[in-house]
Amino acid sequence: MTSRTLFLAACLFALGGCGGGSGGGGGASGGNAKPVKIVSSLPRTGSANAQTTTMVNGIRMAIDEAGGKVGELTIVYEDWDDASAKKGDWDPEVEAANADRAVKDANIMAYIGTYNSGAAKISMPVLNRAGLVMISPANTYMGLTKPGLGEPNEPDVYRPSGKINYFRVVPADDIQGRVAAEWIHSMGGKSAYVLDDRGLYGKGIADVFAATCEELGIGVLGREGIDPKAQEYRSLMTKVKQLDPDWVYFGGTTQSNAGQIAKDLIAVGLRSKFMVPDGCFEQAFIQAAGAENLNERAHVTFGGVPPEQLTGKGAEFVQRYREKYGKDPEAYAVYGYVAGQVALDAIARVGKKDREAIRAAVAQTHQADGALGTWQFDENGDTTMKIMSGNIVRDGEFKFVTILGQAAVGS
Amino acid sequence: METILQQLLIGLTNGMVFALIALGYTMVYGILELINFAHGDLFMLASFLALTLVGLLGLQSAGPATLVPALLLIVVVCAVFAAALNWTVDRLVYKPLRNAPKLAPLVSAIGVSFIFQNLGLFWGAIPLDVFGGGGAAAAPKAFPNLISNANLLGEESTLRITPKDIVVIASSLVVMAALYVFVRHSRLGKAMRATAQNPTAARLMGIDVDRVIGATFVIGGALAGFAAVIYGLYINTVNYQIGYQNGLFAFTAAVLGGIGNIPGAVLGGLVIGLVRAFSDQFIGAQWQPAVLFGMLILILVFRPSGLLGAHSREKV
Repeated sequence: MTSRTLFLAACLFALGGCGGGSGGGGGASGGNAKPVKIVSSLPRTGSANAQTTTMVNGIRMAIDEAGGKVGELTIVYEDWDDASAKKGDWDPEVEAANADRAVKDANIMAYIGTYNSGAAKISMPVLNRAGLVMISPANTYMGLTKPGLGEPNEPDVYRPSGKINYFRVVPADDIQGRVAAEWIHSMGGKSAYVLDDRGLYGKGIADVFAATCEELGIGVLGREGIDPKAQEYRSLMTKVKQLDPDWVYFGGTTQSNAGQIAKDLIAVGLRSKFMVPDGCFEQAFIQAAGAENLNERAHVTFGGVPPEQLTGKGAEFVQRYREKYGKDPEAYAVYGYVAGQVALDAIARVGKKDREAIRAAVAQTHQADGALGTWQFDENGDTTMKIMSGNIVRDGEFKFVTILGQAAVGS
Repeated sequence: METILQQLLIGLTNGMVFALIALGYTMVYGILELINFAHGDLFMLASFLALTLVGLLGLQSAGPATLVPALLLIVVVCAVFAAALNWTVDRLVYKPLRNAPKLAPLVSAIGVSFIFQNLGLFWGAIPLDVFGGGGAAAAPKAFPNLISNANLLGEESTLRITPKDIVVIASSLVVMAALYVFVRHSRLGKAMRATAQNPTAARLMGIDVDRVIGATFVIGGALAGFAAVIYGLYINTVNYQIGYQNGLFAFTAAVLGGIGNIPGAVLGGLVIGLVRAFSDQFIGAQWQPAVLFGMLILILVFRPSGLLGAHSREKV
């Protein structure tokens, strides 16, 4: 028994070490008014945590660089969790509670989140009714903003007030699914088997991917949704093997079992290459699949440029991040940072606690030569930046291969 | 034809793992009429122990000379660990409720299941290399590929039989055969069967029922520990939720075969493995759970006591 007690103590210690404190931000306030609050709602429990930790770090950096205040207003940041241990992933109940809590706190002027597109669907209408601005550093599902690309009632169903309060600083899946197919085409791929996790994000991106494949003359040999909680996929992979596609594409995330699919692809002796979207662009994916199973085989598209490929202000951000946290940022850290900047910038321009004015100010955002280059929000609340990158797994790390998506800019 | 053979092999191999876990459910049910919902999570904890040992012994890069004895050691340690833990849970949680209404231990078992899952979350946070440094406790963890995945029929052959498949099937068969012989012929095994038939009569005949119950938990736990190592070697992923998923299939296997019936649990496990494989091949992956549980309902409609279940296990 003593060894188990020790063991538990060790675990608790380890958890405490990585959980970090959530009360880092707010210094003593100078003015007489209550400080302005910015909150984020990201999955902090479960395997997305490594990624979201660096996003939260990015948001903190943006606030610290502004000196914790804009003009006369002191800024306090709170890092909220929208995941539960029960799910090990984002939880609809928690996200709904977060949105409610944000609406009721009159000091909250910006809501940064979510990480998962499914979670955004829940909080968007709630925040929209309250006119609270929401800035996502990671959602890529098309239907959240783009009319005609999601369900028939999207995106209006998220905008009961008729105004746009939701903005995102990452390019959406219509672009990512497209560039994935274009990348395969440019590498000479002739056929693909398309799988998805039946989730909002995974299925959406796989649909665009499959449609673009057909447009480009890449044969889609099969299209299937998997059970993301299954133990293994050997039978499915055996079926795929009989068709011998050049590529297997999986629209899904690390949390929806991309690692196991990569493993079983090898286990049944498939020779196909493997491509996944940015939901797998995190170390947890390599950890889950085992580096040797992905080596030179797994290709990952990412709705932006990986940290080490950022230039100008972006490279400076990565440099400062390393100095501050002693670690390399994960892919989405810079989007957290930019989302933080967008919120601060809008609050600065308004200069007072006025949700409606801040919402309108965010819509007018125009970042020139920022960490992600020069861009603004379009009429749907999407970023005008459309550059993406293609990466490959080599020796247990993601290696940048190519810039993608210039061709998609005009379309 | 090769496709059918291949899916048969995959189904059988997966079915073996379900069967090993199902045995733990069915044995405990046979004696106590308790569905031990914590059993799947016990299996999960043992798989974490197996991965921890693999990491501590540095087996990722070991040669066959160290690998074989080390794996045997891991099997023994995991089996002993799971057996001891299962026995302890019985003594601490289920035993005080022995004479309580049937629902009380059942609900306690669900509670133990949650405790185990959370222990698994803590365990996954240990800063070990095999756990990816422990940064993400809930993330799936890769179990290293220790047994060769090369095709024994040559890489050009479309049918694929690997040393891994053979290890899983052969070792599971040995363990199941040993269990069968033990229950059929040993003194304790006979006492178990007697207790299962009628605990009161068994006690009157001088059988120490309490000891028999303890032994059942020990054996069921040891099987789960063994299954955990096999699962890690074959599936190559562990996470804190595998207990729930595999437990669900194993429990289904036990019901399908006739709960309380030992050969029935093995048969049920194999049937489930095969149905999963063939439904993926011929129907489509998204229909797998529907096909599986639809079949379960059909079988239970026509054979309510399961494939091999006794027709009248009514106890008065």
